[in-house]
Amino acid sequence: MDLRINGVSRSVDVPNQMPLLWVLRDVFGMTGTKFGCGIAQCGACTVHLDGVAVRSCQLPIGAVGDRAITTIEGVGETAAGAKIQKAWLDLEVIQCGYCQPGQIMSASALLAANPQPDDAAIDAAMAGNLCRCGTYVRIREGIKHAARS
Amino acid sequence: MLRDPDRPFAAGAGLSRRSVLRGGAALAGGLLIGVALPQARARADEPTPTGARFNAFIHVARDDTVTFTMPAVEMGQGVYTSQAQCLAEELDIGLDKVVAAHAPADQANYGSPVFVVQATGGSTTTIAWTEPLRKAGATARAMLVQAAAAQWSVDPTALTTENGVITDKASGRSIRYGEVADRAGDLQPPADVKLKDPAQFRLIGKPVHRIDTPEKAAGKTVYGIDVMRPGMKFATLMASPVIGGKVGSVDQTKALAIPGVRQVVILDNLVAVVGDHTWAAMQGLAALAIEWAPGVHAGLDQAQLWADIEKVSEGAGVVAKKVGDAPARLKDGALFEATYELPLLAHAPMEMTNCTVHVHEGACEVWVGTQVPGYAQAGAAQALSIDPAKVTINNHLIGGGFGRRLEADGVVAAVRIAAHVEGPVKVVWSREEDIRQELYRPLYHDRLKARVENGRISAWSHRITGVSIMARWLPPAFKDGIDVDAVDGAVEVPYAVGDMLVEYIRHESVVPGAFWRGVGPNSSIFSIESFIDLIARKTGVDPLAFRRGMLDKSPRALGLLNLVAEKAAWGTPAPASPFGARRGRGLALMDAFGSYLAAIADVAVSDAGDVRVTRVVVAADVGKVINPDILVAQIQGGVVFGLSAVLHGEITFAGGRVEQGNFNDYRILRIDETPSIEVHVMPSAENSGGIGEPGTVVVQPAVANAVFAATGVQLTRMPINATLIAKAV
Repeated sequence: MDLRINGVSRSVDVPNQMPLLWVLRDVFGMTGTKFGCGIAQCGACTVHLDGVAVRSCQLPIGAVGDRAITTIEGVGETAAGAKIQKAWLDLEVIQCGYCQPGQIMSASALLAANPQPDDAAIDAAMAGNLCRCGTYVRIREGIKHAARS
Repeated sequence: MLRDPDRPFAAGAGLSRRSVLRGGAALAGGLLIGVALPQARARADEPTPTGARFNAFIHVARDDTVTFTMPAVEMGQGVYTSQAQCLAEELDIGLDKVVAAHAPADQANYGSPVFVVQATGGSTTTIAWTEPLRKAGATARAMLVQAAAAQWSVDPTALTTENGVITDKASGRSIRYGEVADRAGDLQPPADVKLKDPAQFRLIGKPVHRIDTPEKAAGKTVYGIDVMRPGMKFATLMASPVIGGKVGSVDQTKALAIPGVRQVVILDNLVAVVGDHTWAAMQGLAALAIEWAPGVHAGLDQAQLWADIEKVSEGAGVVAKKVGDAPARLKDGALFEATYELPLLAHAPMEMTNCTVHVHEGACEVWVGTQVPGYAQAGAAQALSIDPAKVTINNHLIGGGFGRRLEADGVVAAVRIAAHVEGPVKVVWSREEDIRQELYRPLYHDRLKARVENGRISAWSHRITGVSIMARWLPPAFKDGIDVDAVDGAVEVPYAVGDMLVEYIRHESVVPGAFWRGVGPNSSIFSIESFIDLIARKTGVDPLAFRRGMLDKSPRALGLLNLVAEKAAWGTPAPASPFGARRGRGLALMDAFGSYLAAIADVAVSDAGDVRVTRVVVAADVGKVINPDILVAQIQGGVVFGLSAVLHGEITFAGGRVEQGNFNDYRILRIDETPSIEVHVMPSAENSGGIGEPGTVVVQPAVANAVFAATGVQLTRMPINATLIAKAV
């Protein structure tokens, strides 16, 4: 199976049903994408397929097709991703950081699709990403900060 | 930045912390436990990279890289940055030169001055480590200066330091730390060093950027769950779903037929599947046919747990505090009484329990994120019946602790599995196993009684019933039948309450209890602040005025109440919300962890009884602050953690099994339920208090009191129950 991850072509020989999350983490050793719940309830595993945020724990590798995969390791190469990562550091959004790859992927997809999101748009786009440290107040501020930059 | 965990590094070699601490650090506040300090273990110097290790915490390399070995672990609370600020402040270097290294299991060098054992928890890091780390930094600086002075044959007092450079102003010469590190490292450390005048601080007290977040934002941080070892296999497990149950029989046929499944490990109380990747292991586990032997607790349910603790709470308690004769004054007449019940809670950190282990040739190597490296080492050694010295703990940045990683149960389970596996194996719990095989925040049952005379409380009794976590976790701290954590927040109250009796009843249940963010004060402060509101409303007094009237001896608390009342505009109605017509505003005050916090929460309540928190305002007086931005972040995050608990948090048993299993039924707050959270910090020159837990503690009663204000109904068992509210209003 041929995949395109962060602009790099890679081949993998695994069952079609294997979720993308485990291909990334266990086969390619790309551990920035996180396992959080396994049932698309927490968003820690969020990646982009052609720029759209998806939960990789529920995405069989066979369903990726020829869509481009972007992970936290590569999202800084996109304009929205770089802005979000910088805003996250400017405002010190991050605490333990475990959920933050997923938060950054969801926020980057939001910002790319909606350059000036309001609170309602932010809540709608980010409600699928849990943060146990409770960084939500700064996530809201961070997205607005990135939108202004 | 963080040290590459795969590169060997001699952390902890050289001087012990006790020699750094010569002169004695006075510790104040928090949980101080009078246990004799163990003798520093003699250690052979380990080979280090070029440069010198000055003490357990500081290594200066010839290239000027400064490596700080961190005694308190980083789980998001910001202590790698705040500890680095303390070290770098006195060492006179910038944080950009700092590399952070995780401490190994080594109680002699990294044991907490508060707990003695090597543990990070209880909001104690700033209280415990600020002075020892400042001294370590100042000591290393003095040695570097002395080496430069010797080289130049000048008086060391004539030299100045700035950003890693030593300068002799008289001659204009300067030299970098790295250039004198080798020679400085050979010098005898000075017996005592002078610490900086706070007026000269460049880093302490400043909102400097965190040192751990750039790698986290880039997805480069290696948490325990991200460890990869050559030849590693991946495993997942299932333990008996009924508490205390055992494995009966296992049919492995279908599991072993799944591609990538290598092995099934069957232990007395759990089954693990080992595979080429986690997905294979998960599929293999699902394909196993396991017959469990449920044992004696198969009939356990939540109603029984509640009934048991209530019955025990009717007995006599051990006296934790006695002032005057409260029982005599609470015998008859117009009295106020209430009982508050706090539920079982899972920690549910986003990084679920996991541990990578390699057992080989009588030794054991462990890769994990833990708040207790020493307990992890001891647990692994005991599981394998080997000397703890044969167990290496490689610690990592932690994807959320909240008390869960003050326990070594995950390490022990992984080691028991790994003992049957050839080569290294990473054991990862599913979210369901993580939640169902937890060590929960235990049930607490608080009985309060008070007499009110002339608008003030004149007699007070508070009886707390619950598991003693301390008796299991730190046995020397459990003395005379009192769990100091369980009664924390109840023994010392900011209010003048007249005659006072505080009692504790230890109630061990089949469900083990563990520390959970906010620890003992979570339940004691919740109960006290709920009870104060109950009395205020029953006597027709404004809850703020009622509290103010009992704070004449607590000026810090009174100042904070006034500040939060002003910022939240107490006395005006909570704003209207589309979420629900009923709205209310609630207040709470907390004096614990050496810190004072006051909070006001606004809520809206729907006809169905659902509660939405629309605004939280917090005022904090936490004494001297190392990093004001991290302080605010911890309070914001602590508030969200507390909101999850008070609105949604509950673990329940039925048929001996935990009924919840994932974030769909063990709910934690989402961004679209999160209110605005304002934090106002009162400037303070008092001793530093803890900040990790207080936000969680203070917001829960503030929300409950707001619901009380909105509905006229005080719920006494948490979490807030929509059905009960809907029925009552």
